[in-house]
Amino acid sequence: MVSLSRTDLSKLAIFAAIVLTMPIWLAPFGAAYPGLMQKFAIYAIFAIGFNILFGLTGYLSFGHAAFLGVGSYTTVWSFKLLTMDILPAMALAVVVTGIFALVIGYFCLRRTGIYFSILTLAFAQMCYSLAYSVLTPITNGETGLLLAKNDPRVLDALFGASASTDGLPHPTLLGGSISGYTGFYICAVLLIVSFYISQLIFRSPFGLALRGIKSNQTRMSYTGFNTKPYTLAAFVISGMFAGLAGALLSVTDPLAGAERMKWTESGNVVLMTILGGVGTLYGPVVGAWLIKYFENIFSAINTNILHSFLSFLPDGLEQVVVAVLSKFVGEGWHLTLGLLFVLIVVFLPGGLVEGSQRLARWLTGRLKGSGAQPHPHPAE
Amino acid sequence: MNAFLAQLLNGLDKGGAYALIALGLTLVFGTLGVVNFAHGALFMLGCFCAVTFRYLITLETVTIDPENLSPWGTPVEVRTPLVQNWFGDFGAVLVDYSVPISILLAVPAMLVIGIAMERGIIKHFYKRSHAEQILVTFGLAIVLQEIVKSFFGANPIPQPIPSDLRSAADIGVWLGMDPHTLTYPWWRIVYLAFSAVVIGGVFAFLQFTTFGMVVRAGMADRETVGVLGIDIDRRFTIVFGLAAVVAGVAGVMYTPLLAPNYQLGMDFLVLSFVVVVVGGMGSLGGAVAAGFLLGILQSFASMTEVKSLVPGIDQVVIYLVAVVILLVRPRGLMGRRGIMEN
Repeated sequence: MVSLSRTDLSKLAIFAAIVLTMPIWLAPFGAAYPGLMQKFAIYAIFAIGFNILFGLTGYLSFGHAAFLGVGSYTTVWSFKLLTMDILPAMALAVVVTGIFALVIGYFCLRRTGIYFSILTLAFAQMCYSLAYSVLTPITNGETGLLLAKNDPRVLDALFGASASTDGLPHPTLLGGSISGYTGFYICAVLLIVSFYISQLIFRSPFGLALRGIKSNQTRMSYTGFNTKPYTLAAFVISGMFAGLAGALLSVTDPLAGAERMKWTESGNVVLMTILGGVGTLYGPVVGAWLIKYFENIFSAINTNILHSFLSFLPDGLEQVVVAVLSKFVGEGWHLTLGLLFVLIVVFLPGGLVEGSQRLARWLTGRLKGSGAQPHPHPAE
Repeated sequence: MNAFLAQLLNGLDKGGAYALIALGLTLVFGTLGVVNFAHGALFMLGCFCAVTFRYLITLETVTIDPENLSPWGTPVEVRTPLVQNWFGDFGAVLVDYSVPISILLAVPAMLVIGIAMERGIIKHFYKRSHAEQILVTFGLAIVLQEIVKSFFGANPIPQPIPSDLRSAADIGVWLGMDPHTLTYPWWRIVYLAFSAVVIGGVFAFLQFTTFGMVVRAGMADRETVGVLGIDIDRRFTIVFGLAAVVAGVAGVMYTPLLAPNYQLGMDFLVLSFVVVVVGGMGSLGGAVAAGFLLGILQSFASMTEVKSLVPGIDQVVIYLVAVVILLVRPRGLMGRRGIMEN
């Protein structure tokens, strides 16, 4: 079994500290409420999973939203049929999504490059259309799958859990409520576990093989290496992460709708991963947080807030600046996101993580250059 | 039999739109080797050329007519489009036919947009992987559609059919059937004829002009053409502009059939990629054939008889065909052997 090096363990510890203290350091940004922080954690898990496929093998899937949707539906069905406890629901969601990914991956991975992207896109679109039409008995169509008071919940009934509460039952963890900060900490712990698993994969021989496939699949197969099981395993693992993220979406808000499977959602996770830095450990998390932050906070900025921000400017100039800026915030934040994305793909293919590394290198270079070089290196 | 013919016709005009978009997409792939996820956005921009033109041409003056009182005693506002003030009846005709006339605006506008896109961004991506091309054009598509959204809002903006063409043609009579057994809207016939003309025009341009000959030679072997002293990059830039124009005019003429909103491009993009793949990447004839074929297939799948046989088939038939083609014959119906076969 792979064990992590000391630096990796300290990275994990730093990451855990950052995630668990989110309620503190997000407060100045106005984002420290549980509902939003749960989203941060959930989409970070989604992006970490996507990165295991795209970042390591280079296979660009445009159909990952299907796994998100399958995870959500499985969770809600588990709530309806088995029990309101979240542990069996999440386990079931991950397993079902894994099997689903195995089937889809088996077909899609017969092709590479653009054909793989289009195949995953076609499969995901089929799932999306079917969820709206034929599969309505399972998905409840446009309304979305909801809990009902008279659902069977056989396990709950078996253990004689009280069904006497008013209104709809809420998801529980071993009998305790998971609303508010508890819900966030559940997501946060799962995010840290996901990060740990992704670290293990990155450091393992399996991860090395995946990187080999990314850099030159033909050469890998010429050395007598059967690449198929490796890519398939990466696809399934990546799908299971997405299933877990979908399950958590339904755990924190027990309903599942087909719009989660739409291909724009698949596009979103691509955006997150690229923005942060594809193929890096931190990148997908940074990207997911940034996009979710933009989506919830940046989009709330309206012209009034802009006016109060820019009130120091002369009157006429202020009007112009506000008119221009208002196209990029509020409703128009997608425009900012798109521009940022294009710029990153063109100038910074390694994403923000690479950008910050370059910046750090430049800064340290400057610092070293300004010092009088007290320790001249011996000649080698 | 009539139901069969009606579905065939319904499929043809949708197929015309698919064929036009897929034609541009595969032209760009065949020449530049670029997978353009922003092509759907170009179709959408074409639609909004029509919207812009109609907005400009219906700018109106409001005069108050003191003689003419409304039932509740206030003077009636008389709104007349400016063009009608300037040109009289001819102006009214201009307003009525705003959709087809806006092609005159769309052609230069799309040419400029296409060339600017290619020179500005896409030319830097020739040497990079297909995945990166997909990513950058996907980002471009988002930018384009958000720009449109910030100017025109998120709601669909319906465009009228010229009043002369609003009725339906009694096609049954032409085929020797009884009147009113088989009717088909005139505008759809116009669209079908229009797409046939554009497709024919593109093929003729590539087949019978020197420029087209150079482009075809470049598609076959880019390096050799370059060695012969021809600036193939410049030709290919123009080809990209041409593809943008084809997508744009396809969009302009489609506006009366489907009120455009800013997301339209993405919906069509997925479908047209499927069309390109089914036809064979880089095969122009394949794209056109697959466009019509899939349009017709889709309209047959939406017949109630078929739907009762295989529920849900109307929603997925196109994707199903794409999956089968990609798995069984990845070079598509008419793709060349050895090109993009894995």
